[in-house]
Amino acid sequence: MATTMSTAPSRRRISRNARHQAVSGWLFALPFTLGFILVFVVPIISAVRASLYAQKPAGGGLYGGGQLIDTFVGMDNFVTAATNPIFWTGVGRVMLFGLIQIPVMIIAALFLALLLDSFMVRHPGPWRLMYFLPYAIPGIVAAIVWTYLYNPELSPFAGAFPSIGGNSFFMSGPVVLWSMANMTTWTYTGYNMLIFLAALQAIPTELTEAARVDGASSWQIMTRIKIPMVRGAALLAVLLSIVGTVQLFNEPTVMASAATWMGVDYMPMSMAYNTLMGMISPSGSGPASALSILMALIAGALAVVYALVQRRISR
Amino acid sequence: MTTTTSPTPTRRARRHRESSRPLPPPSLAPKRTSRVITTIVLVFVALYFLGPVYWLIVASSKVRSDLLSSPPLMFAGLNWGDNWNALMSWTDGNFPRWVLNSLLYSVAAGVIGTLISVMCGYAIAKYNFPGRRALLAVTMTGLLMPVALLTIPMYVLFQSMGIANTPLAVIIPSMISPFGVFLGQVYADSSVPTELLEAARVDGSSEARTFFTMVLRLLAPAMLTIFLFIFVATWNNILLPLMMISSPELKPVTLGLYGMSTYFSPNKGAMMLGALLGVLPLIVLFLGLQRYWRSGLAAGAVKG
Repeated sequence: MATTMSTAPSRRRISRNARHQAVSGWLFALPFTLGFILVFVVPIISAVRASLYAQKPAGGGLYGGGQLIDTFVGMDNFVTAATNPIFWTGVGRVMLFGLIQIPVMIIAALFLALLLDSFMVRHPGPWRLMYFLPYAIPGIVAAIVWTYLYNPELSPFAGAFPSIGGNSFFMSGPVVLWSMANMTTWTYTGYNMLIFLAALQAIPTELTEAARVDGASSWQIMTRIKIPMVRGAALLAVLLSIVGTVQLFNEPTVMASAATWMGVDYMPMSMAYNTLMGMISPSGSGPASALSILMALIAGALAVVYALVQRRISR
Repeated sequence: MTTTTSPTPTRRARRHRESSRPLPPPSLAPKRTSRVITTIVLVFVALYFLGPVYWLIVASSKVRSDLLSSPPLMFAGLNWGDNWNALMSWTDGNFPRWVLNSLLYSVAAGVIGTLISVMCGYAIAKYNFPGRRALLAVTMTGLLMPVALLTIPMYVLFQSMGIANTPLAVIIPSMISPFGVFLGQVYADSSVPTELLEAARVDGSSEARTFFTMVLRLLAPAMLTIFLFIFVATWNNILLPLMMISSPELKPVTLGLYGMSTYFSPNKGAMMLGALLGVLPLIVLFLGLQRYWRSGLAAGAVKG
């Protein structure tokens, strides 16, 4: 290596090389970095700033009126959001949704991946493609199609279920959350299955063959080798699912247009959007930013907790 | 991770296992009954995943009265023509334009996004520059960021910059893909030999020339994967155009369909035809290029 030489010219060459590396590296990284600042960093900063302001009427005297101007209100927006029971009901729904939907989806995806990776299936290709196809359907279209499928007038199956409290079965209070969970499961199970299949196929065949030679049964190979080896993929899949669940927007928005009792604040993301759009009071970018920041913090906390628990267990 | 050992034999084994795998040794061959049970399970799962797509195709061919009266899973007169006319008059003739808008936004975001993602990933993988680790950490944080929550402040920002309600407001956020950088870095790490870059340097080739003439060629499969991810993410995004776009002639097809679904008692047959036509380009892209999807997911699965 050049670093072991200590003559002056080569040292200069090293430092010139280091500078060359630094400059070229940054030039290549620059377009993305600038875009990242514009699309991620600046909005975060402006969200934090906006969350400290609210629009308050100024002047206008006794009869109100007056112009709305941005006024610094400190933590007021956060206090308003955090003491709003509707917000926490929405957060509770997201948590309940994630607690049931994510494990169901991940286990189904892992089951399908193991099945398609086993000797039981001779031609996995077509199956894999069919299960992955729903991922190609935009979430909003999937939500519209499923909402129609939940409508007893149109659906081949919804008519067989009783209506609850004046709403059709799948649109009723106790069921609607799981109707949405079904939409998400339908869309993303195949995607997660592909993540698991890729991880399974990265397991060296020598490993499973050696285990077979040593007399391990298929069941043992699955539980002792294959499942432990896809743990990294599972971590990734669950983290992405948690982040996705927190931002759930398409499903509640479309469902709410069919089941009007859901209102504009069924889930926190729709609540933030409708706050900005002035359909929930207090409205405006201040309260909406405060809601977004609170949700981002909750999402981050959930992701960190999950990653730590996972590490604990696998140690 | 320790799952990748010597690349060549495993890759060959992997390729072999992809389509129809070799027969297992007779001692391991599953019993006929368990094979039959497995197939039954697979068929039921397939019905769940494909059933709604089939229903969408059927429903798109029915006029309003047939939707309510005929059996839901059977065709009843193929009235795609009627539904198309209804769709066109309902959207003031804008529907084809919406599909083209989606195409424009997704292709633009995909092409530019792929290039800048690969450049950044390549820089992180192959150059030693100050801030490299920080950049990687920030990108990974961006990967797990709930992006939808950023859309609200982004709208306020774009409005003050005067680019809200222009194509740029959809294209710029869509082309910044931390996942693309992540994939670019993984691929550059594994498929661009450092010796090759050094040889090019000795030959007096500039860094830019090396990148655009040699590296990009090596990274072509990776770029196709990244392009597909950004393309699909852009096409499927609804919150971003919902916030940014207000002119009907600038709407992407997902936003147009969403607007139609919020009508009171919409013409559901026309709606379903629109939904079908709005996803058709994506499905074609999917089926045509599915092996690139899998290679991208494989990189994520092994690294993650």
